[in-house]
Amino acid sequence: MNLVQLNPPSPDPKTAPPFPAAAKIDLRDTQLRRNIARATDTIQRKRAALVEEKKDWQALRDAGAAIRREALRNLDGYLLQFEDRFQAAGGTVHWAANAAEANRVALDILREHDAREVIKIKSMTTAEIGMNEYLAQHNVTAHETDLAELILQLGGDQPSHIVVPALHKNRQQVREIFARSMGLPGLSDDPEALTAAARQYLREKFLRVKTAICGANFLIAETGGVTIVESEGNGRMCLTLPETLIAIVGIEKVIPRFADLEVLLQTLPRSATGERMNPYNSIWSGVIPGDGPKNMHVVLLDNGRTRVLRDGIGRQTLQCIRCGACQNACPVYRQTGGHAYGSVYAGPIGAILTPQLEDMRHAQSLPYASSLCGACYEVCPVKINIPEVLVHLRARVVDRGRRKLASLFDQERAGMMMMAAIFASSRRYEAAQRLARTAQRTVRHGDAWYHWLPGMAGRWTETRDLAPLPQETFREWWQQRRRS
Amino acid sequence: MVAATEAIVNGPGMSSRERVLERIAKANSKAAGVPESIPRGYDCGSTQSTDETVALFERRLQDYDARVFRIRSNEIAARAAEILQSGHRQRIVVPDGLPTAWRPAGLAWIPDDELSIDVLNAVDGVMTGATLGVAVSGSIVLQHGPAEGRRVLTLLPDYHLCVIQAAQVVETLPEAFARLDSARPVTFFSGPSATADIEMTRIKGVHGPRFLDVLLVED
Ligand code: SF4
Repeated sequence: MNLVQLNPPSPDPKTAPPFPAAAKIDLRDTQLRRNIARATDTIQRKRAALVEEKKDWQALRDAGAAIRREALRNLDGYLLQFEDRFQAAGGTVHWAANAAEANRVALDILREHDAREVIKIKSMTTAEIGMNEYLAQHNVTAHETDLAELILQLGGDQPSHIVVPALHKNRQQVREIFARSMGLPGLSDDPEALTAAARQYLREKFLRVKTAICGANFLIAETGGVTIVESEGNGRMCLTLPETLIAIVGIEKVIPRFADLEVLLQTLPRSATGERMNPYNSIWSGVIPGDGPKNMHVVLLDNGRTRVLRDGIGRQTLQCIRCGACQNACPVYRQTGGHAYGSVYAGPIGAILTPQLEDMRHAQSLPYASSLCGACYEVCPVKINIPEVLVHLRARVVDRGRRKLASLFDQERAGMMMMAAIFASSRRYEAAQRLARTAQRTVRHGDAWYHWLPGMAGRWTETRDLAPLPQETFREWWQQRRRS
Repeated sequence: MVAATEAIVNGPGMSSRERVLERIAKANSKAAGVPESIPRGYDCGSTQSTDETVALFERRLQDYDARVFRIRSNEIAARAAEILQSGHRQRIVVPDGLPTAWRPAGLAWIPDDELSIDVLNAVDGVMTGATLGVAVSGSIVLQHGPAEGRRVLTLLPDYHLCVIQAAQVVETLPEAFARLDSARPVTFFSGPSATADIEMTRIKGVHGPRFLDVLLVED
């Protein structure tokens, strides 16, 4: 059996087509849409039931938001504290200003240990920096060990969701990929059999490969701890079996205290997979004598995050704990799937994170990839006001355009500012939305504000399912539906 | 300090560490300050009796398809023998500090004497103690002390027999965090490893142990 690792390139916001163009193509794929609907419906149903039973849910959201906000407010102090504690426990901390540097640091460590192969835990951050392709260029083979990531890697595909990245694939498609790349022509398409095949395929790699790369869900300043939340146990394999472990972690992932996890480990699993707790959590610092890797590195990655931090409204984006709930709840994402966003971060979180990481130079159509219905804000476990950030970023996009095209966008900008104000001050979100619709009418009367983008004119509204600011928001529609 | 100042003056000569820290300081120049206090209005204590908490813990574990045996402390070895023998599990790894009184005679105990991963991969199971149980989520928490062993012991074998005292079971996660030692490694497991990556169909036992039996000791 000759296994070809395809290592598909990570989606790159710098070269991706604008959202409406990409979405239009994906909207034609009915299989894709069925798969996405099925997956997001399932998670949403489970999440809703668990949130319902949690009487202190809103208090947990408030606490989670405050924890994340505080971490960002004194970020430098917390990172230094983390570094100090983690190194005292025998680990090594590196700092990377951008993607290229993080990749180089990782490669240097791998070379030091003569590593030609690495096993990897699913990490959106390494996808963001295109690490697998970089390693491949330098003759290091990266084996993804998360089942979904394995499906994508062997199938030459890209993630479309931050929690269940292969949700757009159904069992027949997975069967084909595994049968071909694992040399198992007789494989059935039963998920149990497919999972067993992956277990077999990966076990050999876990036992053999001596170097691993992971991300982290949280870094703990107080204890120098690294936290990894997972379901399959592939994470624990990668954290305990290899001799060398490298974690690539965005600087925003730090939290102040160990006990802060008592909040986030209640909200994250319920939001992400609709479970009271995901099967495995690992928390540790540095090198544990006689247990697990002897060389433990954390690479703290900026790659545009400090730029996001600078923006008074945009900075709340960095509170994100990557639960994916906003994706599942988003009526736009649910129609288009993740690929149309042209970034590893899809859905509402992608729509606000990607353009900011790109300094508004790329992915400018993403802030428009939303009906501003507010479903994302409602489910966000750390209360990121995504609609507020979207409106703010639209204004920034228009601003950039204005510098180039004089005053063409005055009117649009005024509309944006007005909507931003509504979102920021409103206590009742429904009221804000109704107002926003009115605002939109006013602005549209002059010049359709969402039509100015290159490649966007007309095409957006051609796509029947996706109208900006629908007369009835998703939430109103949902409530109607529940009542009837 | 002098070096850091020089680096700032020298700009391009700065290390990435200095550069990133400087960018953060700049970005936060308006925001940073006294730490924001965290509103902790969520449930921090238990609302149930000890019996109810233990019963909930048992139910949650059973939801995960784990088997739970409620026993008394003088029954540990006998029940362990029964369970292991009926499951035809012979070669059982134990961490060094697992009380000898818990190990029934007549089984091929394999003490963890820096066993290689190939050995661990081939045994029939592992028997350990635990640090805590969390009832609401049916989680068992290990801090990898002498009776729990290094992390890989409870990962590679396909079967785990876990002994936990009823007094170690708390109702909520905040109660668990109040008891945990933040200086030691922590592993939570809540049911067997699982995936829902293929069509959201929950499949258990991807990589970690597929079978879990719990001896819940009630005195
Ligand atoms: S923005 Fe909120 S809901 Fe969306 S992934 Fe991040 S934490 Fe989850």
